Amino acid sequence: MRIKFIENFGEAILNLVKSFGRIILFFLAGMMHIFILPVQFAKIVDQTWFIGSKSIFVIVLTGLFTGMVLGLQGYYSLVKVGSEAALGSAVALTLICELGPVFTAIMVTARAGSSMAAEIGVMRISEQIDALKTMHINPVRFLFSPRIIAAVISFPLLTALFDVVGIIGGFISGSIMLGINQYVYMDTVVHSIQVHDINGGFYKSFAFALVTTTICCYRGYYTHLYSGFGARGVSLSTTNAVVQSCISVFVFDYIITYFLV
Amino acid sequence: MTIPLIQFIDVNKSFGASSVLKGLNLSIYKGEITAVIGKSGTGKSVLLKHIIGLVSQDSGQILIEGESLSQLSVTDRNSFYKRLSYMFQDNALFDFMSIYDNIALPLVENSKFSKHQVKAKVLERMEQLGLIGIEGKFPAQLSGGMRKRVALARALIIDPKIVLFDEPTTGLDPIRKKKVHSMIQEYQKKFEFTAVIVSHDIPEIFNVAQRIALLDGGSIKFEGSKKDILDSHSKILNAFITGEDF
Repeated sequence: MRIKFIENFGEAILNLVKSFGRIILFFLAGMMHIFILPVQFAKIVDQTWFIGSKSIFVIVLTGLFTGMVLGLQGYYSLVKVGSEAALGSAVALTLICELGPVFTAIMVTARAGSSMAAEIGVMRISEQIDALKTMHINPVRFLFSPRIIAAVISFPLLTALFDVVGIIGGFISGSIMLGINQYVYMDTVVHSIQVHDINGGFYKSFAFALVTTTICCYRGYYTHLYSGFGARGVSLSTTNAVVQSCISVFVFDYIITYFLV
Repeated sequence: MTIPLIQFIDVNKSFGASSVLKGLNLSIYKGEITAVIGKSGTGKSVLLKHIIGLVSQDSGQILIEGESLSQLSVTDRNSFYKRLSYMFQDNALFDFMSIYDNIALPLVENSKFSKHQVKAKVLERMEQLGLIGIEGKFPAQLSGGMRKRVALARALIIDPKIVLFDEPTTGLDPIRKKKVHSMIQEYQKKFEFTAVIVSHDIPEIFNVAQRIALLDGGSIKFEGSKKDILDSHSKILNAFITGEDF
């Protein structure tokens, strides 16, 4: 019984190490192919459209409501200590340093990341990835590399959009609905934000782009190894891709914040 | 004596506990159509995937014109693989691409042809296979027979020297089956490629292939021409042809 437990535990550890090695190699291969000519310009534009442009509506909507909630909660917290004038600063810093990059990454993962995992997963189980190999087309270069570049372009831009819309949301609930002087709100926003804060937010969104795209593409690419074949395999891969990406976003958020503060 | 273009010598392959190929020996000759027949699940597709490099053998050798494939330099191996084309059982067409893009893909990604040259070549193949007018459609919008022809057009677009067909007529009606078979024969004569066909179409495939191999229990139980089949007293072969269990 005890030996069986140790065997299973050892096997689980070995599988974990193997998976970790495989994902690192997958990531490195994808990164390497970015720098191998010719540049896959059409595919990058196509993916940027899919990951970036098509996420704008979702980002605007979540950014607006996140900002409005922050404005509401922030106002009732600050008014207790007579500091409601600092609402603009509180909303802007929370969004730029934390919520903007994290929420953007999670929303884009839910919308585009799940789709990447499912699409590549279907390609795996229907032998389309094997077909690429038989045509001497490197599947990692063809499927993964353009998505990394597209994500690296899209995530920071979407984060910036989320931040701006969120600050406007805070303004709507704080100034328009709760009566904080609009000049005071905007003034505290402008004067409290440092370049260092903005850079920090962008570092995070850059890291989240790499992490979530790698996990989603990896999960789809190796559907047959982890989730099995068929529709069930693809659905499992997609779920795992989204869950693992979201957890990774929070873990990396903590690590990056630790080094930034 | 002619050296086979591709030769399997005592090839073994297992997936986990399941042993698929057990000491398989097979010779494929240049310019011929070789048909591999056998019950479902006996490893016929695995055999083809060994040739194209999607699967590697556990033991044994695969010789290419007398030289071991595993011992060829990376450049020589790649140049061999570049002469090959593979038509998948389920076509493996890219469903997010138009029919034109599907057929053009191997040229767009690997050749130095200009856009105009690619277009001319793709349209030529499409015309030859009766696919003109569906360039902008997607695979899901086509019938099974049409998709087969698109897969065939994609396999032939690079003018391969060796084409591997994995059950090219599965799911087709008898008329379309006959058409695909004649198409393979016609193009094989025209482009002089070597073909390996995995097929269940008995006895039609005997009129298409010059050499037939029966795979059973992980090894080749019979190898020969149509005449050899007719003259054969092999119980396994006769049972397979008549559809009896053996």
